[in-house]
Amino acid sequence: MSQKVLLVQSLQKSFGGLRAIDSLGFTVAEHQIKSVIGPNGAGKTTLFNLITGIVPPTAGTLEFKGKILNGLKPHEIACLGISRTFQNLELFGNMTVLENVMLGRHSRTAAGLFSTGLRLPGMRREEKEIEEKAYAELCFMGLEDKALGGAASLPLGQQKLLEIARALATEPRLLLLDEPASGLNIRETEKLAETILKIRERGITVIVVEHDMALVMEISDDVLVLNYGRKIAEGPPRDIQRNREVIAAYLGEEVNHA
Amino acid sequence: MKRKDLYALLGVVLAILLFSWLAGGKEYYLSLLVFVGINSLMTMGLSMLMGYAGQISLGHAAFFGIGAYSSGILTTKYFFHPVGAFMIGIFLSALIAFLVGKPTLRLKGHYMAVATLGFGEILFIVFNELSSLTGGPSGLSGIPPLMIFGHPLEGATYLYLVWAFVILLLVFSLNVINSRVGRALRALHGSELAAGAMGVDASRFKVQVFVLSAIYASTAGSLYAHFITFISPSSFSFMFSILLLMMVVVGGAETIWGALLGTLLLTLLPEYLRGLEDFEVLVYGAILMVVLLFMPQGILEGMRKMLGKNAGGRVGSP
Amino acid sequence: MRNPFPQMTFASQLIQFLFTGLTLGSIYALVALGFTMIYNATGIINLAQGEFVMLGGLTMVFFTGVLKIPLLIGFLLAVIAVTLVGALFERLAIHPLKNASLITLIMITLAGSILFRGIAMFLWGKDPYALPAFADSKPVQFLGATIQLQIFWVLAITLLVVFGSGFFFNRTLLGKAMTACAFNPLAAQLVGIRVRRMILFSFALSAAFGAIAGAIITPITLMEYDRGPLLTLKGFAAVVLGGLGSGVGSVVAGFIIGVLESLGAGLISSGYKDAIALMVLLLVLWVKPSGLFGSKEASELKKF
Repeated sequence: MSQKVLLVQSLQKSFGGLRAIDSLGFTVAEHQIKSVIGPNGAGKTTLFNLITGIVPPTAGTLEFKGKILNGLKPHEIACLGISRTFQNLELFGNMTVLENVMLGRHSRTAAGLFSTGLRLPGMRREEKEIEEKAYAELCFMGLEDKALGGAASLPLGQQKLLEIARALATEPRLLLLDEPASGLNIRETEKLAETILKIRERGITVIVVEHDMALVMEISDDVLVLNYGRKIAEGPPRDIQRNREVIAAYLGEEVNHA
Repeated sequence: MKRKDLYALLGVVLAILLFSWLAGGKEYYLSLLVFVGINSLMTMGLSMLMGYAGQISLGHAAFFGIGAYSSGILTTKYFFHPVGAFMIGIFLSALIAFLVGKPTLRLKGHYMAVATLGFGEILFIVFNELSSLTGGPSGLSGIPPLMIFGHPLEGATYLYLVWAFVILLLVFSLNVINSRVGRALRALHGSELAAGAMGVDASRFKVQVFVLSAIYASTAGSLYAHFITFISPSSFSFMFSILLLMMVVVGGAETIWGALLGTLLLTLLPEYLRGLEDFEVLVYGAILMVVLLFMPQGILEGMRKMLGKNAGGRVGSP
Repeated sequence: MRNPFPQMTFASQLIQFLFTGLTLGSIYALVALGFTMIYNATGIINLAQGEFVMLGGLTMVFFTGVLKIPLLIGFLLAVIAVTLVGALFERLAIHPLKNASLITLIMITLAGSILFRGIAMFLWGKDPYALPAFADSKPVQFLGATIQLQIFWVLAITLLVVFGSGFFFNRTLLGKAMTACAFNPLAAQLVGIRVRRMILFSFALSAAFGAIAGAIITPITLMEYDRGPLLTLKGFAAVVLGGLGSGVGSVVAGFIIGVLESLGAGLISSGYKDAIALMVLLLVLWVKPSGLFGSKEASELKKF
């Protein structure tokens, strides 16, 4: 039986007079790869910001594995098991590639000021484990040879992969990818598709915001279409492709068929 | 510990032994080294707050003062044991840092800067006004020197005491920096948004490092009080807070070693300016301005670049 | 300080404190206006603001006291001189750092304040200096309180400057252009506003306001080389209380703080009087950083 990982009900977000998200409701089932698509400004990144607690909803509820997310701070939500990447990269440019991913282990570890300052044995064990797990994620994303370089020195495509590695290090149950393919060439996008499928194999549920339709069609179990903050369609990729309203919403936009 | 840091640490230890031998027992030089040590305790804490966590404090002299006055008042007026007074100073500083830090570190940039400036100034006024306790502007004298087995610690032995503290706290700091906590702090500096999304409780860590830096400063204050045996509010003015800030920025805020270099340079600077007292403030202002305009990453980074090494400080290990 | 004027009734004392407070408040209001101008044009807080006041007072002392230039001309010369200092400061120290990090920007204005203080200490030493009152006249008796005439000069000039700048920023194209710059420098440039010039202008104008404040207050309170920092802090308290970005708010808040300080000094204790404004600053920052007249959204929109 497929459990509901994320339940969104009557979600609304207004910025002053602007309704960024309007009466939105949908679910995401366990181990699903769900894509969220829609024209620019449709509210996709706002949706991610609502789920991860960066902005509070004006109305409605967000539920993650039965737990209400409303009112929780971003770091609390991260500890619950939701992680994400950012549309405009938010890497830690002042740290190495490996250190970026090691930071991902933060919510799963506990050493505080005292035990780290004194380098207590428990902390040393934990530190070793952090390094190992982080390195493993780098290998998973194919970045292991860049481990000791500066995060800022990577090319864009690899920086995007690094963000995914960092998010994976948090051991999420739900992973939100915000336009992971933007700025990637065709070969890199292919690799990304494989990677996302492999992530699902690890037991992680994935929500992807994307503009690249070929990628969306290839990997998604289910597609949610937003326009002006409202849901205009939801269903398997095949159905969405044929949906008249969806096509109309994209009229004038470049629809990227492979 | 990282190898680079270990070598640098050994370098510091050797340097202290060397300089204390070179000083040849002369009070003047020994005092200088003691002051470098005392200032280093404070700038190490500031460096962790500013360089690593990316926050700012323009009022740290206040915690220096709390430590100094706690040690001073409790040992002279209430005959506390120096260690007890020292602990109380630490406790007071930590408590006040916690209470002040929580609302202040939530603020953004300029607001935080001015709030800490205001806080430091308020404490300065308190030091001046509570004259029954602190001795007011005329200061507090007769602070007993520290004793070990009945012998007072002075001169070279005090030097070793202070630098023992410095080394200990330096090791502690380096451990923190190269750990989960250090990464969390640096992540906050790099991108507070992403740090939060990865589970870092920004507010908690910011306050923690603020409290830690206050404890460092309080330690420095207590050591200061027992060394010169006379303290007055003028040592804890906002000008001193700015001077500490300068030491960190001029040396290089990005790393703790930069802060130490800056401390060395700017503690010795007044000695070069002796007799040029009219110029003192002017020179400080000029130095700060020149560094900010031409070497904003600090002298340590500037030297590294000149020696042709990679701009190592930001990318890679600290 | 128990009862400084034993012959006066309590009501008269209050009036005395009120006038003193309004006088102080004028200076804080002018400093706050200076802050707001620079903030509106550049988004940065100029921690050297108080030094412009100090320089205004001391240069006027130089022109009128040393060079024996008549008061009015000396006043104008002092304001012009400090305005030039402000412009130079912007050109040499602020402009080169336009892309620097926040900490660097804070520190450069701090460096400026230290430098100005150092120059002042070098040129004038540490002693306070006096200026003669603008008009030689006996103090006025008002409801039992004794009011120096200079106080009216202070209030009048301050109100003139305040209304003048209000008119300038809201009615003139140049003034509105300056406000547009901080909000969206790119958009401002696209509509043809020379952002660089606006920024320079805002610093120059700020310095002018500071200088005026220094010149008018020195006859009452004297002026010494290190008056700057406390003025900066209190002026900033007014800015925060009034709401960053709101000129009207800053001015009103400046007067409020001045009166609070004066009442506190007279009724409670004069030793802690400086702490009053500082406590206001901290409380506002901690509880409602957007101040009395600012809106929460507006303060979040701005960079800092």
